[in-house]
Amino acid sequence: MRVPDAVRRRRSRTATVIGLLAVALGVTGCLSVSVGAVPIPMSSVPGALLGLGEPRHVTLVVDIRLPRAVCGLLVGLAFGMSGAIFQSLVRNELASPDVIGVTAGASAAAVLMIVVVGAGALQLSLAALVGGLGTAALVYLLAHQQGISGYRLILVGIGVAAALSAFTSYLLLRADITDLRRADAWLTGSLNNRDWEQVAPLALAMVALVPGALVLRRSLRGLQLGDDAAKALGLRVGAAKGAILVVGVALAAFATAAAGPVVFVAFVAAPVARRVLGNGDLALLTSGLFGALLVTVADLVARTAVDGVEMPVGVVTGLIGAPYLVWLLVRTNRSRDLA
Amino acid sequence: MGLAAWTVVVVVLTGASLAVGARVIPLHDVWAALDTPDVTNSNHVIVQTLRLPRTVLAVVVGVALGLSGALMQGVTRNPLADPGILGVNAGAALSVVCAASFFGVSTFYGSVWFAFAGAALAALAVYAIGALGRTGATPVKLALAGAALTVFMGSATTALLLAEPEIRADIRSWAVGSLAGKDMETVLQMSSFVLVGTLLALVCGSALNALALGDDLARGLGQRVAAARAVGAVAVVLLCGAATAVVGPIGFLGLVVPHVARLLTGADYRWVLPYSMVIAPAFLLLADIIGRIAVPPNELQVGIVTAAVGAPFFVWLVRQKRMVEL
Repeated sequence: MRVPDAVRRRRSRTATVIGLLAVALGVTGCLSVSVGAVPIPMSSVPGALLGLGEPRHVTLVVDIRLPRAVCGLLVGLAFGMSGAIFQSLVRNELASPDVIGVTAGASAAAVLMIVVVGAGALQLSLAALVGGLGTAALVYLLAHQQGISGYRLILVGIGVAAALSAFTSYLLLRADITDLRRADAWLTGSLNNRDWEQVAPLALAMVALVPGALVLRRSLRGLQLGDDAAKALGLRVGAAKGAILVVGVALAAFATAAAGPVVFVAFVAAPVARRVLGNGDLALLTSGLFGALLVTVADLVARTAVDGVEMPVGVVTGLIGAPYLVWLLVRTNRSRDLA
Repeated sequence: MGLAAWTVVVVVLTGASLAVGARVIPLHDVWAALDTPDVTNSNHVIVQTLRLPRTVLAVVVGVALGLSGALMQGVTRNPLADPGILGVNAGAALSVVCAASFFGVSTFYGSVWFAFAGAALAALAVYAIGALGRTGATPVKLALAGAALTVFMGSATTALLLAEPEIRADIRSWAVGSLAGKDMETVLQMSSFVLVGTLLALVCGSALNALALGDDLARGLGQRVAAARAVGAVAVVLLCGAATAVVGPIGFLGLVVPHVARLLTGADYRWVLPYSMVIAPAFLLLADIIGRIAVPPNELQVGIVTAAVGAPFFVWLVRQKRMVEL
């Protein structure tokens, strides 16, 4: 069968964008491994990765900078894809996991583990996952009233997130100073001092979740047409929604567990990706790559902007992301009136 | 009648707030401490130096937040308006932190002006963004603009605090919203601002009634719409700014109280405002007392208690059919 021209053009554009993003990621990845208190020349980075060259450089690259770079990349990928999934499912660009309380739930659970149990990385990931899923379910149930309205979901999410962040503050006030430091750095969304132990759960989860999300792409596209149309297409709407939600929440929760709530990545990545592709595509993978690029670049900025201070990456993404949200509100308010 | 009953409730809770805590002090001792204080009696010292400022503060902050919530809901014609949700608290917080880290300002009189400026700028920005478009400032647009700016200002606040770890501990307990540990002098200084704000607010009652009918009708009734909004906004900034500068952002009180007032007295703002003014202190005193005895030997900050009670109320409000269609 002959593929229509429009579809072919779309595919080739998507492929080009993904290719360019991969190259950009490669470059920033190498940069983030080479830049730091001890600069390592770009030329010796590939060697160090293979364990050749100066032993000092090898340790630095393999044990300290590489886990950080990989963590940033995976976290960005996960948040970007999660944002794209939520925004497509709710059919609203404001419905990112940050806004509807999923990350707040994951944070509350993780801080609970840090402060009360003193948990390790794996337990932290699990707790964040459970917290994120639980919050998503709660928000969904509370917003459900003869179907789901996008704005009700968002407003309920804001309310639930407020209650959860009050709970988090309470835990923080009771924490002793070491727990507090740990929880605090984690809560701002930080890639500082990541090691392989923290990256491993996220990496494993991504191996399962990314293909899962790509498989569900087809149902998601059906659901975007509305529940009735999706039913007519032969989709089991309830099951499909459930599966997609679980994947979206799991992506956000695992990423939150590894690096904390890096704000706005999930929110910004998908709309940018969709605009760059310029077609009605879901742009799951492209959003993920944009997210990865955003986190990696933001982390580079956070590490190098102020001499001697390693800012958490979440501060930078917040400062970039919030003006974008404001711009989005201004634009949508002007063009078509909401609600 | 209702007003008198609520005033009695406030008085009773004031007594309870003086008596209840880590050490329960019998009421006759509380009375003696207020009437003829004795510096050698430890109960009297507790009442005079700890519980009295705290209780007065709860009443004043309650008045300020209850009124400002009712005003905001009236001025913006928005049932979801609340200084927390619309980003006013976050603006005041960012401004206070800026003052502390750039100019080393830490006294009440120093930081209150920054809090006012921050609250006013944030309120203006949120309203400007939310009011764009043909339908004007709908509840959803305002709430989203508020949420966006809150995150932005939160990030900026965090960035500043990370650079100055030493002011962090103070700011942390302030940022949750707490009535504890303020001296009487600060409370009295703040009361003067709240008094001015209260007078301005109470003048606005009938203007808000007219605004509730929509701008065109209000104009038809001879109301100067822009002037009424401006007076209301100044009062909100005075009340919220002063309260937030001292106790930090206390969320949801301004949201919940006007709705309770409307349930009790109907939609007439000439009554909603005074009712909000007595109901809010009652709620805040109660929340503070609960916070003191809920998790012994620790205390729950009052901001946490109000969020725990207020957030479910917000969700309930959003679920109302009326809201969805707004």
